[in-house]
Amino acid sequence: MTHGATMPRRSLTRRHVTNKVMVGLTYGAAFVATLPLLFILGYLLLKGTTSINLDFFTRLPPPPGEAGGGMGNAIAGTLVLIGVAALIGLPIGIGSGLYLAERRDSRLATVVRVLADVLNGLPSIVVGIFAWQVLVRPFGHFSALAGGVALGAMMIPLVSRTTEEMIRLVPVALREAALALGYSRWRTSLTIVLRTALPGIVTGALVAIARIAGETAPLLFTALGNQFWSLRLSEPIAALPLQIYAFAISPYDDWHRLAWAGALVLIGVVFAISVAARAATRSRFGLGGD
Amino acid sequence: MRMRDLDAYFGATHAVRGVALDLADGDVTAVIGPSGCGKSTLLRCLNRMHETVPNARVEGEVHLDGRDIYARGVNPIAVRRRIGMVFQRPTPFPTMSVRDNVAAGLKVAQGGKPSRSDVNEIVESALRRAALWDEVKDRLTHSATGLSGGQQQRLCIARAIATRPSVLLLDEPTASLDPLSTQKVEELVYELRREVTIVIVTHNMQQAARISDTTAFMLMGELIEAAPTRALFTSPRDSRTEAYITGRFG
Repeated sequence: MTHGATMPRRSLTRRHVTNKVMVGLTYGAAFVATLPLLFILGYLLLKGTTSINLDFFTRLPPPPGEAGGGMGNAIAGTLVLIGVAALIGLPIGIGSGLYLAERRDSRLATVVRVLADVLNGLPSIVVGIFAWQVLVRPFGHFSALAGGVALGAMMIPLVSRTTEEMIRLVPVALREAALALGYSRWRTSLTIVLRTALPGIVTGALVAIARIAGETAPLLFTALGNQFWSLRLSEPIAALPLQIYAFAISPYDDWHRLAWAGALVLIGVVFAISVAARAATRSRFGLGGD
Repeated sequence: MRMRDLDAYFGATHAVRGVALDLADGDVTAVIGPSGCGKSTLLRCLNRMHETVPNARVEGEVHLDGRDIYARGVNPIAVRRRIGMVFQRPTPFPTMSVRDNVAAGLKVAQGGKPSRSDVNEIVESALRRAALWDEVKDRLTHSATGLSGGQQQRLCIARAIATRPSVLLLDEPTASLDPLSTQKVEELVYELRREVTIVIVTHNMQQAARISDTTAFMLMGELIEAAPTRALFTSPRDSRTEAYITGRFG
Protein backbone atom coordinates (compact mmCIF):
# COMPACT_ATOMS: atom_id res chain seq x y z
CA MET A 1 0.00 0.00 0.00
CA THR A 2 1.38 3.37 -1.02
CA HIS A 3 0.04 6.45 0.67
CA GLY A 4 -0.82 9.51 -1.40
CA ALA A 5 1.38 11.75 0.71
CA THR A 6 4.49 9.69 0.03
CA MET A 7 3.86 9.53 -3.72
CA PRO A 8 6.02 11.64 -6.04
CA ARG A 9 4.06 14.61 -7.34
CA ARG A 10 4.68 13.81 -11.01
CA SER A 11 3.11 10.35 -10.80
CA LEU A 12 -0.02 11.80 -9.22
CA THR A 13 -0.45 14.30 -12.06
CA ARG A 14 0.07 11.55 -14.57
CA ARG A 15 -2.63 9.47 -12.94
CA HIS A 16 -5.01 12.41 -13.10
CA VAL A 17 -4.31 12.84 -16.81
CA THR A 18 -4.68 9.11 -17.52
CA ASN A 19 -7.96 9.13 -15.63
CA LYS A 20 -9.29 12.07 -17.66
CA VAL A 21 -8.28 10.46 -20.97
CA MET A 22 -9.88 7.12 -20.08
CA VAL A 23 -13.13 8.71 -18.94
CA GLY A 24 -13.14 10.72 -22.16
CA LEU A 25 -12.65 7.57 -24.22
CA THR A 26 -15.56 5.76 -22.56
CA TYR A 27 -17.80 8.80 -23.12
CA GLY A 28 -16.73 8.77 -26.76
CA ALA A 29 -17.46 5.05 -27.10
CA ALA A 30 -20.90 5.47 -25.52
CA PHE A 31 -21.66 8.28 -27.97
CA VAL A 32 -20.44 6.36 -31.02
CA ALA A 33 -22.52 3.35 -29.91
CA THR A 34 -25.71 5.38 -30.18
CA LEU A 35 -24.71 7.05 -33.46
CA PRO A 36 -26.02 4.35 -35.85
CA LEU A 37 -29.44 4.41 -34.16
CA LEU A 38 -29.54 8.21 -34.28
CA PHE A 39 -28.59 8.24 -37.98
CA ILE A 40 -31.14 5.56 -38.89
CA LEU A 41 -33.90 7.23 -36.89
CA GLY A 42 -33.09 10.65 -38.31
CA TYR A 43 -33.01 9.38 -41.87
CA LEU A 44 -36.25 7.42 -41.46
CA LEU A 45 -38.00 10.44 -39.99
CA LEU A 46 -36.72 12.55 -42.88
CA LYS A 47 -37.80 10.12 -45.58
CA GLY A 48 -40.80 8.45 -44.00
CA THR A 49 -42.88 11.02 -42.14
CA THR A 50 -44.28 12.62 -45.28
CA SER A 51 -45.97 9.38 -46.34
CA ILE A 52 -47.46 8.59 -42.95
CA ASN A 53 -51.12 9.49 -42.80
CA LEU A 54 -54.38 7.72 -42.07
CA ASP A 55 -54.34 6.11 -45.52
CA PHE A 56 -51.02 4.47 -44.76
CA PHE A 57 -52.60 2.51 -41.92
CA THR A 58 -55.90 1.67 -43.64
CA ARG A 59 -55.33 1.35 -47.40
CA LEU A 60 -53.85 -1.36 -49.57
CA PRO A 61 -50.57 -0.86 -51.44
CA PRO A 62 -51.16 1.07 -54.66
CA PRO A 63 -50.39 -0.30 -58.12
CA PRO A 64 -47.10 0.94 -59.57
CA GLY A 65 -47.14 4.54 -60.74
CA GLU A 66 -50.14 5.48 -58.63
CA ALA A 67 -49.74 7.82 -55.66
CA GLY A 68 -51.39 7.32 -52.26
CA GLY A 69 -52.31 3.96 -50.77
CA GLY A 70 -50.74 2.41 -47.71
CA MET A 71 -49.68 -0.74 -45.95
CA GLY A 72 -52.78 -1.47 -43.90
CA ASN A 73 -52.79 -5.13 -44.85
CA ALA A 74 -49.09 -5.52 -43.99
CA ILE A 75 -49.53 -3.93 -40.55
CA ALA A 76 -52.49 -6.22 -39.82
CA GLY A 77 -50.56 -9.19 -41.20
CA THR A 78 -47.56 -8.49 -38.99
CA LEU A 79 -49.87 -8.36 -35.96
CA VAL A 80 -51.40 -11.72 -36.94
CA LEU A 81 -47.96 -13.26 -37.42
CA ILE A 82 -46.79 -11.92 -34.06
CA GLY A 83 -49.94 -13.35 -32.47
CA VAL A 84 -49.37 -16.83 -33.90
CA ALA A 85 -45.67 -16.69 -32.98
CA ALA A 86 -46.50 -15.64 -29.41
CA LEU A 87 -49.07 -18.43 -29.04
CA ILE A 88 -46.35 -20.93 -29.93
CA GLY A 89 -43.24 -19.29 -28.52
CA LEU A 90 -44.47 -18.05 -25.13
CA PRO A 91 -45.99 -21.20 -23.58
CA ILE A 92 -43.19 -23.44 -24.80
CA GLY A 93 -40.47 -20.91 -24.02
CA ILE A 94 -41.74 -20.10 -20.52
CA GLY A 95 -42.45 -23.75 -19.76
CA SER A 96 -39.00 -24.90 -20.79
CA GLY A 97 -37.39 -21.95 -18.98
CA LEU A 98 -39.19 -22.98 -15.80
CA TYR A 99 -37.98 -26.54 -16.28
CA LEU A 100 -34.39 -25.43 -16.89
CA ALA A 101 -34.41 -23.32 -13.74
CA GLU A 102 -36.10 -25.88 -11.49
CA ARG A 103 -34.10 -28.93 -12.64
CA ARG A 104 -30.97 -27.02 -13.48
CA ASP A 105 -28.52 -29.86 -12.86
CA SER A 106 -30.36 -32.72 -14.56
CA ARG A 107 -28.81 -34.17 -17.70
CA LEU A 108 -31.85 -33.33 -19.80
CA ALA A 109 -31.70 -29.69 -18.66
CA THR A 110 -28.06 -29.43 -19.70
CA VAL A 111 -28.86 -30.88 -23.12
CA VAL A 112 -31.91 -28.64 -23.58
CA ARG A 113 -29.89 -25.57 -22.56
CA VAL A 114 -27.19 -26.28 -25.15
CA LEU A 115 -29.79 -26.98 -27.85
CA ALA A 116 -31.65 -23.78 -27.00
CA ASP A 117 -28.41 -21.85 -27.44
CA VAL A 118 -27.82 -23.54 -30.80
CA LEU A 119 -31.38 -22.73 -31.88
CA ASN A 120 -30.81 -19.16 -30.74
CA GLY A 121 -27.79 -18.87 -32.99
CA LEU A 122 -29.47 -20.55 -35.96
CA PRO A 123 -29.62 -18.24 -39.01
CA SER A 124 -33.23 -17.14 -39.41
CA ILE A 125 -33.28 -18.22 -43.05
CA VAL A 126 -32.69 -21.80 -41.88
CA VAL A 127 -35.69 -21.56 -39.59
CA GLY A 128 -37.66 -20.37 -42.60
CA ILE A 129 -36.54 -23.36 -44.68
CA PHE A 130 -37.58 -25.66 -41.84
CA ALA A 131 -41.07 -24.13 -41.72
CA TRP A 132 -41.32 -24.34 -45.50
CA GLN A 133 -40.40 -28.02 -45.46
CA VAL A 134 -42.86 -28.85 -42.72
CA LEU A 135 -45.80 -26.53 -43.32
CA VAL A 136 -45.61 -25.24 -46.88
CA ARG A 137 -44.45 -28.11 -49.07
CA PRO A 138 -46.88 -30.76 -47.74
CA PHE A 139 -49.86 -28.41 -48.20
CA GLY A 140 -48.75 -27.06 -51.54
CA HIS A 141 -49.19 -23.39 -50.68
CA PHE A 142 -47.68 -20.62 -48.58
CA SER A 143 -49.54 -19.62 -45.40
CA ALA A 144 -49.63 -17.22 -42.49
CA LEU A 145 -49.50 -20.25 -40.22
CA ALA A 146 -46.13 -21.34 -41.61
CA GLY A 147 -44.77 -17.81 -41.12
CA GLY A 148 -46.09 -17.64 -37.57
CA VAL A 149 -44.60 -21.04 -36.74
CA ALA A 150 -41.21 -19.95 -38.11
CA LEU A 151 -41.27 -16.80 -35.97
CA GLY A 152 -42.54 -18.78 -32.96
CA ALA A 153 -39.66 -21.24 -33.31
CA MET A 154 -37.28 -18.29 -33.18
CA MET A 155 -38.97 -16.99 -30.02
CA ILE A 156 -38.71 -20.24 -28.06
CA PRO A 157 -34.98 -20.12 -27.18
CA LEU A 158 -35.10 -16.37 -26.48
CA VAL A 159 -38.02 -16.70 -24.07
CA SER A 160 -36.69 -19.91 -22.56
CA ARG A 161 -33.31 -18.48 -21.60
CA THR A 162 -34.65 -15.18 -20.21
CA THR A 163 -37.30 -17.08 -18.23
CA GLU A 164 -34.61 -19.31 -16.76
CA GLU A 165 -32.45 -16.33 -15.79
CA MET A 166 -35.38 -14.49 -14.21
CA ILE A 167 -36.47 -17.53 -12.20
CA ARG A 168 -32.92 -18.04 -10.95
CA LEU A 169 -33.05 -14.52 -9.53
CA VAL A 170 -35.87 -15.55 -7.18
CA PRO A 171 -34.23 -16.13 -3.77
CA VAL A 172 -34.06 -19.75 -2.59
CA ALA A 173 -35.40 -18.51 0.75
CA LEU A 174 -38.72 -17.66 -0.88
CA ARG A 175 -39.02 -21.16 -2.33
CA GLU A 176 -38.17 -22.66 1.06
CA ALA A 177 -40.73 -20.46 2.80
CA ALA A 178 -43.45 -21.79 0.50
CA LEU A 179 -42.33 -25.41 0.90
CA ALA A 180 -42.21 -25.03 4.69
CA LEU A 181 -45.77 -23.73 4.56
CA GLY A 182 -46.86 -27.03 3.04
CA TYR A 183 -46.89 -26.00 -0.62
CA SER A 184 -46.22 -28.80 -3.05
CA ARG A 185 -43.31 -28.43 -5.41
CA TRP A 186 -45.37 -27.57 -8.47
CA ARG A 187 -47.52 -25.14 -6.53
CA THR A 188 -44.39 -23.42 -5.20
CA SER A 189 -43.01 -23.18 -8.73
CA LEU A 190 -46.16 -21.76 -10.28
CA THR A 191 -47.69 -19.54 -7.59
CA ILE A 192 -44.60 -18.28 -5.79
CA VAL A 193 -41.50 -18.61 -7.98
CA LEU A 194 -43.00 -18.00 -11.42
CA ARG A 195 -45.28 -15.29 -10.07
CA THR A 196 -42.37 -13.48 -8.42
CA ALA A 197 -40.32 -13.64 -11.60
CA LEU A 198 -43.25 -12.61 -13.79
CA PRO A 199 -42.32 -8.96 -14.47
CA GLY A 200 -38.92 -10.08 -15.71
CA ILE A 201 -40.46 -12.85 -17.79
CA VAL A 202 -42.94 -10.40 -19.34
CA THR A 203 -40.03 -8.13 -20.21
CA GLY A 204 -38.19 -11.03 -21.81
CA ALA A 205 -41.30 -12.01 -23.77
CA LEU A 206 -41.79 -8.48 -25.07
CA VAL A 207 -38.14 -8.19 -26.05
CA ALA A 208 -38.46 -11.49 -27.94
CA ILE A 209 -41.59 -10.22 -29.71
CA ALA A 210 -39.81 -6.99 -30.64
CA ARG A 211 -36.95 -9.06 -31.95
CA ILE A 212 -39.07 -11.25 -34.25
CA ALA A 213 -41.42 -8.45 -35.37
CA GLY A 214 -38.83 -7.22 -37.84
CA GLU A 215 -37.64 -10.62 -39.08
CA THR A 216 -37.82 -10.97 -42.84
CA ALA A 217 -35.90 -14.07 -43.80
CA PRO A 218 -38.16 -16.64 -42.07
CA LEU A 219 -41.18 -15.14 -43.85
CA LEU A 220 -39.78 -15.12 -47.40
CA PHE A 221 -40.99 -18.59 -48.32
CA THR A 222 -43.55 -19.17 -45.57
CA ALA A 223 -45.89 -16.17 -45.25
CA LEU A 224 -44.72 -15.04 -48.71
CA GLY A 225 -46.53 -11.67 -48.60
CA ASN A 226 -49.84 -10.61 -50.08
CA GLN A 227 -50.95 -7.52 -52.01
CA PHE A 228 -54.51 -7.87 -50.73
CA TRP A 229 -56.38 -8.01 -47.45
CA SER A 230 -56.17 -11.44 -45.90
CA LEU A 231 -56.04 -12.43 -42.26
CA ARG A 232 -56.59 -16.13 -42.87
CA LEU A 233 -53.96 -18.43 -41.42
CA SER A 234 -54.21 -20.85 -44.33
CA GLU A 235 -53.32 -18.25 -46.95
CA PRO A 236 -50.28 -16.14 -47.74
CA ILE A 237 -50.30 -13.01 -45.61
CA ALA A 238 -48.69 -9.59 -45.94
CA ALA A 239 -46.08 -8.52 -43.41
CA LEU A 240 -44.37 -5.17 -42.87
CA PRO A 241 -40.78 -6.40 -43.38
CA LEU A 242 -41.75 -8.26 -46.57
CA GLN A 243 -43.66 -5.28 -47.92
CA ILE A 244 -40.76 -2.95 -47.14
CA TYR A 245 -38.40 -5.31 -48.94
CA ALA A 246 -40.66 -5.64 -51.98
CA PHE A 247 -41.19 -1.89 -52.29
CA ALA A 248 -37.62 -0.87 -51.53
CA ILE A 249 -36.17 -2.95 -54.38
CA SER A 250 -38.83 -1.78 -56.83
CA PRO A 251 -38.05 0.93 -59.40
CA TYR A 252 -40.98 3.23 -58.42
CA ASP A 253 -40.54 6.40 -56.36
CA ASP A 254 -44.01 6.15 -54.82
CA TRP A 255 -43.24 2.67 -53.57
CA HIS A 256 -39.89 3.83 -52.19
CA ARG A 257 -41.67 6.48 -50.14
CA LEU A 258 -44.08 3.87 -48.75
CA ALA A 259 -41.16 1.59 -47.92
CA TRP A 260 -39.56 4.39 -45.88
CA ALA A 261 -42.83 5.00 -44.06
CA GLY A 262 -43.20 1.26 -43.44
CA ALA A 263 -39.72 1.11 -41.95
CA LEU A 264 -40.57 4.01 -39.67
CA VAL A 265 -43.78 2.32 -38.51
CA LEU A 266 -41.92 -0.96 -37.92
CA ILE A 267 -39.34 0.82 -35.76
CA GLY A 268 -42.20 2.58 -34.00
CA VAL A 269 -43.82 -0.78 -33.18
CA VAL A 270 -40.54 -2.22 -31.85
CA PHE A 271 -39.93 0.95 -29.84
CA ALA A 272 -43.44 0.82 -28.35
CA ILE A 273 -42.90 -2.81 -27.31
CA SER A 274 -39.56 -1.93 -25.67
CA VAL A 275 -41.22 0.88 -23.72
CA ALA A 276 -43.95 -1.53 -22.61
CA ALA A 277 -41.22 -3.97 -21.53
CA ARG A 278 -39.59 -1.30 -19.37
CA ALA A 279 -42.95 -0.43 -17.84
CA ALA A 280 -43.56 -4.10 -17.01
CA THR A 281 -40.20 -4.33 -15.24
CA ARG A 282 -41.12 -1.40 -13.06
CA SER A 283 -44.29 -3.12 -11.83
CA ARG A 284 -44.90 -2.65 -8.12
CA PHE A 285 -45.34 -6.23 -6.97
CA GLY A 286 -42.42 -8.45 -7.89
CA LEU A 287 -38.71 -8.57 -8.47
CA GLY A 288 -36.74 -5.99 -10.33
CA GLY A 289 -39.12 -3.14 -9.62
CA ASP A 290 -38.03 -1.52 -6.39
CA MET B 1 -42.08 -34.18 19.74
CA ARG B 2 -39.42 -36.88 20.12
CA MET B 3 -36.20 -37.39 18.18
CA ARG B 4 -34.41 -40.76 18.19
CA ASP B 5 -31.04 -41.61 16.61
CA LEU B 6 -31.41 -38.65 14.30
CA ASP B 7 -28.64 -38.31 11.73
CA ALA B 8 -28.50 -35.80 8.90
CA TYR B 9 -26.04 -35.62 6.02
CA PHE B 10 -25.09 -33.21 3.25
CA GLY B 11 -23.49 -35.61 0.79
CA ALA B 12 -20.60 -37.07 2.78
CA THR B 13 -20.79 -34.45 5.55
CA HIS B 14 -22.34 -35.78 8.73
CA ALA B 15 -24.09 -32.65 10.02
CA VAL B 16 -26.28 -34.07 12.79
CA ARG B 17 -25.01 -37.07 14.77
CA GLY B 18 -27.33 -39.40 16.64
CA VAL B 19 -29.49 -36.79 18.32
CA ALA B 20 -32.13 -37.94 20.83
CA LEU B 21 -34.27 -35.20 22.34
CA ASP B 22 -37.78 -34.90 23.74
CA LEU B 23 -39.79 -31.70 23.46
CA ALA B 24 -42.68 -31.26 25.89
CA ASP B 25 -45.91 -29.95 24.35
CA GLY B 26 -46.21 -26.20 24.73
CA ASP B 27 -42.62 -25.74 25.81
CA VAL B 28 -40.11 -23.37 24.28
CA THR B 29 -36.84 -25.16 23.51
CA ALA B 30 -33.78 -23.17 22.55
CA VAL B 31 -30.99 -24.80 20.58
CA ILE B 32 -27.62 -23.10 21.06
CA GLY B 33 -24.12 -23.84 19.86
CA PRO B 34 -21.32 -22.38 17.76
CA SER B 35 -21.76 -21.70 14.03
CA GLY B 36 -21.78 -24.87 11.94
CA CYS B 37 -22.66 -27.14 14.87
CA GLY B 38 -25.74 -28.48 13.06
CA LYS B 39 -28.46 -26.70 15.00
CA SER B 40 -30.19 -25.26 11.91
CA THR B 41 -29.90 -28.63 10.18
CA LEU B 42 -31.47 -30.30 13.20
CA LEU B 43 -34.34 -27.83 13.03
CA ARG B 44 -34.82 -28.50 9.33
CA CYS B 45 -35.05 -32.24 10.05
CA LEU B 46 -38.12 -31.61 12.21
CA ASN B 47 -40.33 -30.53 9.30
CA ARG B 48 -38.59 -32.57 6.60
CA MET B 49 -37.11 -29.46 4.97
CA HIS B 50 -33.58 -30.85 5.16
CA GLU B 51 -34.28 -33.35 2.39
CA THR B 52 -35.26 -30.56 -0.07
CA VAL B 53 -31.55 -29.73 -0.44
CA PRO B 54 -29.81 -31.73 -3.19
CA ASN B 55 -27.76 -34.70 -1.85
CA ALA B 56 -29.11 -34.22 1.67
CA ARG B 57 -30.55 -37.15 3.61
CA VAL B 58 -31.89 -37.98 7.03
CA GLU B 59 -31.81 -41.17 9.12
CA GLY B 60 -33.57 -41.92 12.37
CA GLU B 61 -36.98 -41.10 13.78
CA VAL B 62 -38.89 -37.96 14.66
CA HIS B 63 -42.20 -38.59 16.39
CA LEU B 64 -44.98 -36.04 16.28
CA ASP B 65 -48.03 -37.02 18.37
CA GLY B 66 -46.77 -40.60 18.49
CA ARG B 67 -46.20 -40.99 14.72
CA ASP B 68 -42.82 -41.08 13.02
CA ILE B 69 -42.80 -38.34 10.38
CA TYR B 70 -40.07 -40.27 8.55
CA ALA B 71 -42.10 -43.49 8.42
CA ARG B 72 -42.78 -44.97 5.01
CA GLY B 73 -45.87 -43.51 3.40
CA VAL B 74 -45.83 -40.22 5.33
CA ASN B 75 -46.20 -37.27 2.97
CA PRO B 76 -43.64 -34.55 3.80
CA ILE B 77 -46.09 -31.90 2.57
CA ALA B 78 -48.66 -33.02 5.12
CA VAL B 79 -45.97 -32.87 7.83
CA ARG B 80 -44.99 -29.32 6.88
CA ARG B 81 -48.61 -28.19 7.04
CA ARG B 82 -48.69 -29.13 10.73
CA ILE B 83 -45.36 -27.50 11.55
CA GLY B 84 -44.72 -23.81 11.01
CA MET B 85 -41.29 -22.42 10.20
CA VAL B 86 -39.73 -18.95 10.30
CA PHE B 87 -36.33 -18.26 8.80
CA GLN B 88 -33.36 -16.09 9.67
CA ARG B 89 -34.28 -13.45 7.11
CA PRO B 90 -37.88 -12.38 6.61
CA THR B 91 -39.41 -14.14 3.59
CA PRO B 92 -42.69 -12.39 2.77
CA PHE B 93 -43.99 -13.31 -0.68
CA PRO B 94 -43.27 -10.12 -2.64
CA THR B 95 -46.12 -10.56 -5.10
CA MET B 96 -48.74 -10.83 -2.38
CA SER B 97 -50.45 -8.25 -0.18
CA VAL B 98 -50.05 -8.30 3.60
CA ARG B 99 -53.39 -10.12 3.93
CA ASP B 100 -52.62 -12.69 1.25
CA ASN B 101 -49.26 -13.42 2.83
CA VAL B 102 -50.91 -14.34 6.13
CA ALA B 103 -53.54 -16.36 4.26
CA ALA B 104 -50.95 -18.12 2.05
CA GLY B 105 -50.85 -21.26 4.20
CA LEU B 106 -54.64 -21.47 4.46
CA LYS B 107 -54.93 -22.09 0.72
CA VAL B 108 -53.25 -25.45 1.12
CA ALA B 109 -54.55 -26.25 4.61
CA GLN B 110 -56.07 -29.63 5.29
CA GLY B 111 -59.84 -29.71 4.90
CA GLY B 112 -59.85 -27.21 2.05
CA LYS B 113 -59.63 -23.46 1.85
CA PRO B 114 -61.85 -21.61 4.35
CA SER B 115 -64.47 -19.12 3.15
CA ARG B 116 -63.56 -15.50 2.52
CA SER B 117 -65.01 -14.16 5.78
CA ASP B 118 -63.33 -16.98 7.72
CA VAL B 119 -60.02 -16.09 6.06
CA ASN B 120 -60.43 -12.46 7.11
CA GLU B 121 -61.08 -13.55 10.69
CA ILE B 122 -58.13 -15.91 10.74
CA VAL B 123 -55.85 -13.27 9.20
CA GLU B 124 -56.86 -10.73 11.84
CA SER B 125 -56.41 -13.16 14.70
CA ALA B 126 -53.02 -14.32 13.40
CA LEU B 127 -51.84 -10.73 12.99
CA ARG B 128 -53.08 -9.88 16.48
CA ARG B 129 -51.25 -12.85 17.97
CA ALA B 130 -48.14 -11.77 16.06
CA ALA B 131 -48.53 -8.27 17.58
CA LEU B 132 -48.69 -6.74 14.12
CA TRP B 133 -52.39 -6.01 13.64
CA ASP B 134 -52.34 -2.40 14.85
CA GLU B 135 -49.44 -1.56 12.56
CA VAL B 136 -50.82 -3.08 9.36
CA LYS B 137 -54.62 -3.06 9.71
CA ASP B 138 -54.88 -0.04 7.38
CA ARG B 139 -52.66 -1.50 4.70
CA LEU B 140 -53.72 -5.11 4.44
CA THR B 141 -53.98 -4.81 0.67
CA HIS B 142 -50.55 -3.21 0.26
CA SER B 143 -47.47 -5.12 -0.83
CA ALA B 144 -45.76 -6.92 2.04
CA THR B 145 -42.36 -5.70 0.88
CA GLY B 146 -43.30 -2.20 2.04
CA LEU B 147 -43.09 -3.28 5.69
CA SER B 148 -39.96 -2.82 7.80
CA GLY B 149 -37.68 -5.79 8.44
CA GLY B 150 -39.09 -6.36 11.93
CA GLN B 151 -42.65 -6.11 10.67
CA GLN B 152 -41.86 -8.51 7.83
CA GLN B 153 -40.52 -11.05 10.32
CA ARG B 154 -43.63 -10.77 12.50
CA LEU B 155 -45.67 -11.12 9.31
CA CYS B 156 -43.85 -14.38 8.62
CA ILE B 157 -44.66 -15.54 12.15
CA ALA B 158 -48.31 -14.60 11.58
CA ARG B 159 -48.24 -16.56 8.31
CA ALA B 160 -46.77 -19.56 10.14
CA ILE B 161 -49.29 -19.56 13.01
CA ALA B 162 -52.37 -18.76 10.88
CA THR B 163 -52.80 -22.45 10.10
CA ARG B 164 -52.66 -23.31 13.83
CA PRO B 165 -49.64 -25.62 13.60
CA SER B 166 -48.82 -27.81 16.59
CA VAL B 167 -45.11 -26.98 16.36
CA LEU B 168 -43.35 -23.73 15.41
CA LEU B 169 -39.72 -23.80 14.28
CA LEU B 170 -37.76 -20.55 14.48
CA ASP B 171 -34.35 -20.47 12.79
CA GLU B 172 -32.48 -17.51 14.30
CA PRO B 173 -35.58 -15.36 13.80
CA THR B 174 -34.01 -12.21 15.24
CA ALA B 175 -30.55 -12.48 13.64
CA SER B 176 -31.33 -9.82 11.05
CA LEU B 177 -33.43 -7.54 13.28
CA ASP B 178 -32.72 -4.44 15.34
CA PRO B 179 -32.97 -4.67 19.16
CA LEU B 180 -36.49 -3.24 19.34
CA SER B 181 -37.86 -5.69 16.75
CA THR B 182 -35.94 -8.47 18.48
CA GLN B 183 -37.70 -7.61 21.74
CA LYS B 184 -41.08 -7.75 20.02
CA VAL B 185 -40.36 -11.16 18.52
CA GLU B 186 -39.15 -12.45 21.89
CA GLU B 187 -42.32 -11.22 23.59
CA LEU B 188 -44.25 -12.92 20.86
CA VAL B 189 -42.52 -16.24 21.51
CA TYR B 190 -43.34 -15.82 25.19
CA GLU B 191 -47.01 -15.16 24.35
CA LEU B 192 -47.28 -18.17 22.06
CA ARG B 193 -45.89 -20.70 24.53
CA ARG B 194 -48.38 -23.30 25.82
CA GLU B 195 -50.41 -22.71 22.65
CA VAL B 196 -47.78 -24.22 20.39
CA THR B 197 -44.55 -26.19 20.88
CA ILE B 198 -41.68 -23.92 19.89
CA VAL B 199 -38.11 -24.74 18.91
CA ILE B 200 -35.85 -21.73 18.45
CA VAL B 201 -32.31 -21.82 17.13
CA THR B 202 -30.31 -18.89 18.39
CA HIS B 203 -26.77 -17.60 18.54
CA ASN B 204 -27.69 -15.40 21.41
CA MET B 205 -27.37 -17.12 24.79
CA GLN B 206 -29.11 -14.28 26.63
CA GLN B 207 -32.04 -14.79 24.28
CA ALA B 208 -32.12 -18.51 25.03
CA ALA B 209 -32.00 -17.76 28.74
CA ARG B 210 -34.79 -15.18 28.48
CA ILE B 211 -37.40 -17.06 26.51
CA SER B 212 -36.90 -20.82 26.72
CA ASP B 213 -38.05 -23.51 29.13
CA THR B 214 -35.46 -25.99 27.93
CA THR B 215 -32.09 -25.37 26.33
CA ALA B 216 -30.16 -27.81 24.17
CA PHE B 217 -26.45 -27.34 23.49
CA MET B 218 -24.98 -28.74 20.29
CA LEU B 219 -21.36 -29.11 19.23
CA MET B 220 -20.06 -30.55 15.96
CA GLY B 221 -23.34 -32.22 15.14
CA GLU B 222 -23.81 -33.83 18.53
CA LEU B 223 -26.33 -32.94 21.19
CA ILE B 224 -24.07 -32.41 24.20
CA GLU B 225 -26.64 -31.55 26.80
CA ALA B 226 -30.32 -30.66 27.10
CA ALA B 227 -31.76 -29.45 30.38
CA PRO B 228 -34.20 -26.94 31.89
CA THR B 229 -32.82 -23.58 30.84
CA ARG B 230 -32.00 -22.33 34.33
CA ALA B 231 -30.21 -25.57 35.20
CA LEU B 232 -28.21 -25.59 31.99
CA PHE B 233 -26.98 -22.04 32.44
CA THR B 234 -26.28 -22.26 36.18
CA SER B 235 -25.02 -25.79 36.64
CA PRO B 236 -24.15 -27.45 33.34
CA ARG B 237 -23.29 -31.13 33.65
CA ASP B 238 -20.88 -31.28 30.73
CA SER B 239 -17.59 -29.41 30.79
CA ARG B 240 -17.97 -28.45 27.10
CA THR B 241 -21.34 -26.81 27.83
CA GLU B 242 -19.76 -24.90 30.65
CA ALA B 243 -16.89 -23.81 28.43
CA TYR B 244 -19.33 -22.56 25.78
CA ILE B 245 -21.71 -20.67 28.05
CA THR B 246 -18.88 -19.03 29.93
CA GLY B 247 -17.48 -17.82 26.62
CA ARG B 248 -14.32 -19.89 26.49
CA PHE B 249 -15.01 -20.80 22.84
CA GLY B 250 -17.57 -20.32 20.11
